[in-house]
Amino acid sequence: MADPAIAIVGAGPAGIRAAEALSRHGLSAILVDEAPKGGGQIYRQPPDSFQGPASSRYGFEARKASALHLTIKRLATAIDYRPSTLAWNVCNGRLDTLCAGRGESVVFDILVIATGAMDRMLPLPGWTLPGVYALGGAQIALKYQGCAIGQNTVFLGTGPLLYLVAYQYAKAGAKIEAVLDVNPAHAKRRALFALASSPRTLAKGIYYRASLGTHGIAVEEGVTPMGIAGTDEVRDVHYRRGSVDKSVRCDAVGLGFGLKSETQDGESTVSGVYLAGDGAGIGGADAAELWGERVGLSIAARCGRRHDASRIAKIDRRLARLARFRAGLERAFPLPLLGSTLPDDTILCRCESIRVGQVKDAIRAFDVVEMNRMKAISRVGMGRCQGRMCGHAAAELLAAETRQDLAAVGRLRGQPPIKPLPMPWPGTP
Amino acid sequence: MTGHAVTERLRVDVAIVGGGIAGCSAALHLRRRGLSVCLMEKGALGSQASGVNFGGVRQQGRHFAELPLARRSREVWGRLPELIGTDCEFVPSGHLKLARNEEDLAALERYAADAAEFGLELEMMGRKRVHDEHRWLGENVIGGSLAADDGHANPRLLTPAFGRAARAVGADLREFTPVVETERDGARFRVRCATGLEVSATSLVNTAGAWGGEIAAAFDEPVPIETIAPNMLVTEPLPSFITRAVGVCGGDVYLRQVARGNVVFGGGDGWADSSLERSRPSSETSARAIERALGLVPALQSALVIRSWSGIEGGMPDDIPVIGFSSTTPNLIHAFGFSGHGFQLGPVIGIIIDELVGTGASTSPLGAFDIGRFHGAADLRHVSAANPEQEGAKR
Repeated sequence: MADPAIAIVGAGPAGIRAAEALSRHGLSAILVDEAPKGGGQIYRQPPDSFQGPASSRYGFEARKASALHLTIKRLATAIDYRPSTLAWNVCNGRLDTLCAGRGESVVFDILVIATGAMDRMLPLPGWTLPGVYALGGAQIALKYQGCAIGQNTVFLGTGPLLYLVAYQYAKAGAKIEAVLDVNPAHAKRRALFALASSPRTLAKGIYYRASLGTHGIAVEEGVTPMGIAGTDEVRDVHYRRGSVDKSVRCDAVGLGFGLKSETQDGESTVSGVYLAGDGAGIGGADAAELWGERVGLSIAARCGRRHDASRIAKIDRRLARLARFRAGLERAFPLPLLGSTLPDDTILCRCESIRVGQVKDAIRAFDVVEMNRMKAISRVGMGRCQGRMCGHAAAELLAAETRQDLAAVGRLRGQPPIKPLPMPWPGTP
Repeated sequence: MTGHAVTERLRVDVAIVGGGIAGCSAALHLRRRGLSVCLMEKGALGSQASGVNFGGVRQQGRHFAELPLARRSREVWGRLPELIGTDCEFVPSGHLKLARNEEDLAALERYAADAAEFGLELEMMGRKRVHDEHRWLGENVIGGSLAADDGHANPRLLTPAFGRAARAVGADLREFTPVVETERDGARFRVRCATGLEVSATSLVNTAGAWGGEIAAAFDEPVPIETIAPNMLVTEPLPSFITRAVGVCGGDVYLRQVARGNVVFGGGDGWADSSLERSRPSSETSARAIERALGLVPALQSALVIRSWSGIEGGMPDDIPVIGFSSTTPNLIHAFGFSGHGFQLGPVIGIIIDELVGTGASTSPLGAFDIGRFHGAADLRHVSAANPEQEGAKR
């Protein structure tokens, strides 16, 4: 039997390790990645013109970053690696891609989706003002463009990334007005035991947090964000702590409430389609590397290659330990449910400029109980991002309005192209 | 098929299978007549053909058998706010059907002459006039015909709005309730659903779209129905400039611009699996539709396409639907297989169904749509359209 055609989408930690594991077993994959260089979001490589050692960009993770970059450099000649290539549709064993204006269809038997994560955004009053960035966007500005998102920045939200990005900004010399975490300090203390399952990672987290203090940066935990104010741009952030209303002046806000998987789903139910890394379930970069390799080994075994049982067992043990750590993180930084408490005039869907109140009206008027019906009636999720930004908050709102579990309201169906494509479309040879 | 335990029994005057626009309009009008109604829909109301189509509210270009129905439906479109509480974004923008060669122009002229007999006024435009009045049209357009009171509307709103109005007057509309069996039960019908619901009814209405053939077959009148999957796309919002709903001879592209600025367009077929569970737009079809749209409206060059979609609908070999009483079973009424152009007709189809159930006859001529036309025809797939002006997919 001929070896199957294997396609991998995403050249981050998971995708690269999957490709490497396959290559080690004599299987070649087509590796499609939107970025010009491999590494993914966390180990994003700067443009060639950038100088400076990896340690200045990746900090404690410099060694892992360099190892991954070396792997993709080596693999590039051994496999069919396609950087700067957008995968914009998948249907019936075919992946439609676009590279430098040229379209190409990749036919596959096995597909690995390793598309990573993006910030979980929750709308709040003023979140669409110029000057508000996702935490991931703030990080890209620093890593890939060598600039900060503002002169006086506030970081608002929750999750490990909140502290990491703030630390990276502080280290780069940017002025940070405040770090505002919606989760209280006691949640983190309660999670310490689980977090100690990965002592090194925990130590790094504590270090990032502590170093903000040594830079003289105010960190406030357990805040309730009230909104971002300004007319044409960000002017200040309003929040409440205890019963005290506070505000902090700034010209930019980095906003993020944890990460969400780009695929919206944990597990593929389609035969021949594998999910790996943060794209399948948030686990972080280390887990993504392991997960990618694990998927590569599973596919190799499926293709009749030598079954590397001891390596698989080792990966599974390490993944289990990381999962315990992850559970601790989720206890330390539980995802807040802001979606159900938003004022009616807050913009929920920024692509279509749909406000919370309009969505509530649509839900009531048409007895909406499911996400795609909500989209059809209210237009939420019909715009450029197809709900990648607002989908989660919209689901929370629908669940709260209809007194259902979040899982019961379903999820938005993605439609091609997954990112807007200009007319005319490339042919698909 | 059986084996579903019955957990709920209902006894009604009329059972309707299929919650598209025809079924929901029928539910509203039957209920207003005072009959008890239960409608069963396997998904959400209007989630297939009725909700995913182009949104054309068009009389022009139709098969002449459909024109009397389309004329009557247009009147209903004008009073949607009173009927269902919303205009469903209906804009009587006029529908411009364009010719890209002399042959097409001649065909448009012939059609306009014949349509006049049905009371449909079409205004012919030569090259100069069509370009003077529509400066956004591409050079490949050599003329066209305008149906001034045609237009377009939002298909995602129409069926849910009819459903809401039907519920408000007491119709029982069951969503996510797939029908697994329909049968005769003495003088009544019995309809069993996967949810455990069993409905006993005096009359049965088949508005099941692409699935309508299954119900017809259950009553010994199989029809050669095929599955069609429209292939639709939409751009980002653009400044308003496309003032009409636009189609072409041949039907390979059609487009409209909504109030928000997005340009909705389509043409050609998407993909649907044979079990009718899933449909997807096709990349090749999309690329071709985009090329044709650019030919028609060159200013769309570089506009971003933000989404595409498809859905499932039933197509008949002669491109007109089945509407009317069953030829085998009393009190069974079919209205399915609208072959890609049921959206405009939908509102009046519900009224016609109501007439058939309530009075035994419709004031609209239905002869051409009789299910009997397929009797004994083992394979009618290649019967050509009775009307040469028939567009292909032309929602």
